Amino acid sequence: MSEVETKKCPVIANHIKVALVGQPNVGKSMLINSVSNAHLHVGNFSGVTVDKTEVLFDYKGYHFTVVDLPGTYAFTDYTIEERVTHSYLCAESYDLIINVVDSTNLEKNLQLTSELMSMSKDIVIALNMDDEAKKEGIFIDASYMSELLGIPCIKVSAATKSGIDNLIEAIVTQYEAPKQESKLIFSEAVEEEIAQIVSYLEKHKYKAKNSYRHVAINLLKNNKKTYEKIHDDPIWTELQPILIEASKHIELHHDSDDIKEAFAEEYASFNRGIIAEVLKQEVVEEKKTLTEKIDSVLIHPLFGIPIFLFFMWSLFQLTFELGAIPMDYIDAFFGWFGDTIGAVISNDDMRSLVVDGIIGGVGAVVLFVPNIIILFIGIALLESTGYMSRVAFLLDGFFHKFGLHGQSFIPLVTGFGCSIPAYMSARILKNDRDRLLTLFIIGFMSCGARLPVYVLFSGAFFSPEMAGNILFAIYISGAMLGLIAAKILKLTAFKGADEPFVMEMPKYRLPSAKLIWHTVLTKTMMYLKKAGTFIAAAAMLVWFLSNYPHNIELQNEYNTKIEKAVSESDKITLENSLNSKLLEQSYLGRIGKFSEPIFAPLGLDWKMSVALQAGLAAKEVVVSTLGVLYSLGSDVDEQNSSLSTIISKNIPFASAVAFIVVIMIYLPCLAASVVFTREAGGIKYFFYLLAFTSVTAYSLAFIAYNVTKMISG
Amino acid sequence: MKTLIECKKGCKAKVLKLNAPKELKQRLISFGVMKEATVEVLEHAPRKSTIEVKVGKMRIALRAEEAELIEVEEI
Repeated sequence: MSEVETKKCPVIANHIKVALVGQPNVGKSMLINSVSNAHLHVGNFSGVTVDKTEVLFDYKGYHFTVVDLPGTYAFTDYTIEERVTHSYLCAESYDLIINVVDSTNLEKNLQLTSELMSMSKDIVIALNMDDEAKKEGIFIDASYMSELLGIPCIKVSAATKSGIDNLIEAIVTQYEAPKQESKLIFSEAVEEEIAQIVSYLEKHKYKAKNSYRHVAINLLKNNKKTYEKIHDDPIWTELQPILIEASKHIELHHDSDDIKEAFAEEYASFNRGIIAEVLKQEVVEEKKTLTEKIDSVLIHPLFGIPIFLFFMWSLFQLTFELGAIPMDYIDAFFGWFGDTIGAVISNDDMRSLVVDGIIGGVGAVVLFVPNIIILFIGIALLESTGYMSRVAFLLDGFFHKFGLHGQSFIPLVTGFGCSIPAYMSARILKNDRDRLLTLFIIGFMSCGARLPVYVLFSGAFFSPEMAGNILFAIYISGAMLGLIAAKILKLTAFKGADEPFVMEMPKYRLPSAKLIWHTVLTKTMMYLKKAGTFIAAAAMLVWFLSNYPHNIELQNEYNTKIEKAVSESDKITLENSLNSKLLEQSYLGRIGKFSEPIFAPLGLDWKMSVALQAGLAAKEVVVSTLGVLYSLGSDVDEQNSSLSTIISKNIPFASAVAFIVVIMIYLPCLAASVVFTREAGGIKYFFYLLAFTSVTAYSLAFIAYNVTKMISG
Repeated sequence: MKTLIECKKGCKAKVLKLNAPKELKQRLISFGVMKEATVEVLEHAPRKSTIEVKVGKMRIALRAEEAELIEVEEI
């Protein structure tokens, strides 16, 4: 992976580099957040962290580098994220492993621990979610467990930040103490084989960095690295038949033809032994856990999907209804702000740049912050409660028909927020074909930046009661189009066998308000920051392109006409016609006029074509461009000249529909396109995406325009 | 031979054998679905296309095609 940076640590005496390893969704990123002041993204489903992230912090005189690795169930290379973890653990240099385990599900988590133990690295086990375990009546004897495993086990809770000090102290102690041999014990049959190989290695004084026992176990497990090393040694010719014989015995013992399966069973029985010693469950487990009770409703075969649709519908209703309340104030604020600032600036050009260009453009984008916040809260809830995996479960059968994997649902939902993390999270898909297919249709899930355009247009053409439904309809039809596109791609470009679907369904968790607040705040600040920088610059550019070159002749010609005009209404008509003539002959007008023939069949005028082209940079620019273009050339007499009223007056309904269709489908923003290209693995995929989205957007918009025109007469 | 997909909702079964290809088998094992493990069928998705099972304390979702590869014995 090219973007994976290999930050070399400065060699300082008390610098400790720690790799954070654990199964998915055990709270690794959250643990880092509570140890340091980092703000890594946290969610309640497997696959939140898809790439390694380094966090640096100081603690009691030690410099720590903690590498947060994607969760992995076992040392397999099943998905890309698991490959990231596996290759990091095997190839990179670090001092120590923190194995984060979920205290409420110790047995399953220890499977990975056993594999880590066979790596001959220093390990500290963090028994995370201690608070939840206590609530469930689970008591773990951590000190006995440490003794049995030969690994310090520390109870912590990332959520309540308890036990963090103990954990760090244990890391320091373990770092300074001499390495201990792992206390992993196998069944008699396997131990016999190990002993035989060890005695062979002893006899021949084989030179190894690790203990003979360790070498023997790795040889039996078919560890590639150990094999490669010993393969070049002269003892290999004699050792090989012994190994083959030993593997046969073990496989026979486990009634399996797969040595990995045999070892997994060995680990499982070792872990059962440990659990029996250290874990006490006080309360007899209820027949049905709370999660199962909730599940019996939410993933009900009949009601599950309608419930999900209802949730989504409510989200978009809220987005529109609740979002509309502060919008008027924001709009009024920017109007007032523009007037106040405008009054101070005497130079006409400067005033227009600041008021129409910057304040108009940025204001048009900031206006939608309330909607964006509501949408982000919705997505954050979906991510952090555990509901996301349920929907993947419900929709897998349906998705499957369209050639998509149930787990594609996770990147697709993320895509409603922003396409960039969505492209990244497609890494949870194992198969490259599935992943590419998902990457191609993520764009159909309208991202948060497109929301302003939809809110603007649905508000302009529909009553407030209907607008929320329209918003929901736009999103749903976008998703449906995505599914149809997936089916077409699956039948043509990405033919192939279906991948298995095996997915963990996490426990439901009540998300902490702090976590939601933080996620939403970060995303909203990013949106505002973009509005203040990138969008402001784009608005200035659009303003410049739409004001220059000046045409003095035209202005003079009209000014004399206006002076001669008798009635007030004639004057206004003339002023309006001057403004629109001026705009048409500006640079932007010329670009728009040049590309107008292309967009004319879709019923789009040159202003809309320009807005669409500007949207290639970022979708927020669509609204800011419309804001600048329509505030410059709009009716001067219009008292209440909010953008949405201007739009409803100036744009025919059919054209508006075609415009929305293009916005729904065409190429994602520049930044997202770059990430897409990287995740897909080549520039050629970008051109495929460009061609695919452009053709689809154009033809569907054409159909939508004509059909709407026919229906509405 | 009975497979997991034939089990009704609410039934508990012991895994006898995994007939899955190597990769999928390892995936199942890493989720705890291995010989001797007890699984409980919790829920069926519409038309039984996907099922939810409980292994130990973990709930996992499986597609019918995968569940067919898991040989079980009802208990």
